Amino acid sequence: MNIEEKGFNQDFQFEAPMAPKRTRLQEFWLLFRQNRLAILGLFIFILFFCCAIMGLFMTSGPDPLFDPAMIRLQEKLRPPLAKPNLYSLRHEEIPCLGFYLMGTDDLGRDVFARMLQGAWVSLTVGFVAVGISVLIGIFMGGVAGYFGQHHIRVDHILMTILLIAGAGLVMANSIRFGAVLLCLTLTYIFYSFFTQNRSREKYVPSWAKVFRKNAVSMDTLIMRIVDIMLCFPSFFLILTVVALLPASIYNIMIVIGLTSWMGTTRFVRAEFLSLREQDFVAAVKTLGAGNFRIIFRHMMPNAIAPVLVSATIGIATAILTEAGLSFLGFGVPPPHATWGNILSDGKNFIFDAPWLTFIPGIAILIVVLSFNLFGEGLRDVLNPKLRERH
Amino acid sequence: MANNNTLISVQDLKVYFRTSHECARAVDGISFEVRKEETVCLVGESGCGKTVSALSILGLIPTPSGEIAGGRILFQDKNLLELDEEDMQKVRGNRIAMVFQEPLTSLNPVFTIEDQIGEAIRIHKNVGAKELRDRCFKLLKDVGIPSPVQRLKDYPHQLSGGQRQRVMIAMALACDPDLIIADEPTTALDVTVQAQILRLLKSFQKTRSMSVLYITHDLGVVANIADRVYVMYSGIITEQGNTAQIFHDARHPYTQGLLASLPSRSKRGKRLYSIPGTVPNPAYKPAGCPFHPRCPHAIPTCAKEYPQMCDFGQGHLARCPVLFEGGDDTNK
Repeated sequence: MNIEEKGFNQDFQFEAPMAPKRTRLQEFWLLFRQNRLAILGLFIFILFFCCAIMGLFMTSGPDPLFDPAMIRLQEKLRPPLAKPNLYSLRHEEIPCLGFYLMGTDDLGRDVFARMLQGAWVSLTVGFVAVGISVLIGIFMGGVAGYFGQHHIRVDHILMTILLIAGAGLVMANSIRFGAVLLCLTLTYIFYSFFTQNRSREKYVPSWAKVFRKNAVSMDTLIMRIVDIMLCFPSFFLILTVVALLPASIYNIMIVIGLTSWMGTTRFVRAEFLSLREQDFVAAVKTLGAGNFRIIFRHMMPNAIAPVLVSATIGIATAILTEAGLSFLGFGVPPPHATWGNILSDGKNFIFDAPWLTFIPGIAILIVVLSFNLFGEGLRDVLNPKLRERH
Repeated sequence: MANNNTLISVQDLKVYFRTSHECARAVDGISFEVRKEETVCLVGESGCGKTVSALSILGLIPTPSGEIAGGRILFQDKNLLELDEEDMQKVRGNRIAMVFQEPLTSLNPVFTIEDQIGEAIRIHKNVGAKELRDRCFKLLKDVGIPSPVQRLKDYPHQLSGGQRQRVMIAMALACDPDLIIADEPTTALDVTVQAQILRLLKSFQKTRSMSVLYITHDLGVVANIADRVYVMYSGIITEQGNTAQIFHDARHPYTQGLLASLPSRSKRGKRLYSIPGTVPNPAYKPAGCPFHPRCPHAIPTCAKEYPQMCDFGQGHLARCPVLFEGGDDTNK
């Protein structure tokens, strides 16, 4: 092709040779693909995800395909792949596969159906609990990392105590006194909120200055709360809380979430401490961005990598915790199947019907392992410092 | 001092950094002004308070430790120091923009060029996605980046240092500010790119009628672009004047020392001059003139009396009474 063909108009620009265009996702995938174990983890994770979602549809509703609650006492403790005795079963009792893929338990319930139902429980517990813990972790870590140097004044602490006391009084039926306390506190909070920008000129009487003294820095407060939370033996804390609360899957998710946010907080804080000093944050400040925009739009995408990794591994931990709770009988109430309570039901028949313990046990093992492998793979890709280890 | 032509005038600005046991007076009462469509250079060694003065114009002195202890910054007849954070955010990026020293780290690694240039427009102006794209494209074309369409989708690590600095300039220009503060924008670049960036800034100044406050320690750059020059030393302004006055008729021993330490053809083969001593610790400045321990012309009063600005005529001022009295007869 010669110059005449291309044309000599002024809009023409020579194209400089460029590196092949790859989005970040493509580059990420190229690196991730090299880690075979992580790919295996991802594959099992996707499989598990599909099973859980299909399981939800196939085991719920008025006329489920697999009914995990169908009791066939004459068919109890059948081994995996056993054919049902078609003569002794009514039509609707016959398993839809034509045989018991994973056997039956001591009440003749289809273990495969129960495993499907339990998969959904494990999945939701894992994701919701980690979702809660990541949200709390990002918030606390973000505040500690970005606003860490700000001080909490004596009046802030007093107001918090009064607010809690007021709310407590209202809840304890001493409504009138509690409401007065709450109103006073809220008035003070609004008052100090609106006058905070003009504090320089304002005259403050000397006795009131005691309330304006700095008590602790934000960073100290949050990180010490984290330390305190880490000191609790969290499994026993969960056990206690679950024993007090009504047994329900949502309570378990919330409790697991509320006791596992400390790691994320530390990660996010550490990332924010270093990001805050970066030039691009200063540059965005000079463009006129507010704190909210800087934190969530500019810093968070840079800090999200370790959070993602710890979340993946956190899902595995949450699944394990839920299984442990269900095994001990503190988890999801009995008619509903979870991997933990299938395991605990099965332990009474471990010599007669070992599949009752092996199947859920191995399922938990594989899922937790796959999440851990996937998480490790993610960490290797997202953290360039670890990349050359293989 | 302030006439209609003044865009920003900093008056007696003091910025202190307090730690538990000492107080560093980073900027200790400086006054300068930038007129409309003018390039003003703030020159000085590292640690003399150039960057701190620039940051205090934008209200970005890191609080708790830093504190603006006094003075006024009048920008279009508003005192920026009295604005609250919300109003200040409307000034930043919109009326006053800043270009940073390190183009390598001043761009967010996770966003595309388009996202980052558009950020200022997104913050300050309410425009649709299509127009935003067009504006980004135009800005990128204006700052002279080849094949801007493809570059819009690039990430910062895919660009060279010079290109990144061009992107930074495009970001600063995005909202058509009245004043651009350039904090050593060419220090991290090599010399050929440096000249290009300077030319770029200069051309924008003409076409967009903005003022530039250029902060540098490089006298070569100053000679290239400045209309007027302020020389800073240890948090104060030691000499001010137009470029010709500073370069050909320096009246402060510090400025003279700086000029003498520039390599030039006539000094070929000789050892390069350097000012003896080091910059004083901003927490423990010498009494009197802060430059007197290093000054070849120092007399005993220098250590006692804080020097006043002496007028050498035609806007040329220097804070050195010794040379003012000595140089009197040569002036007449």
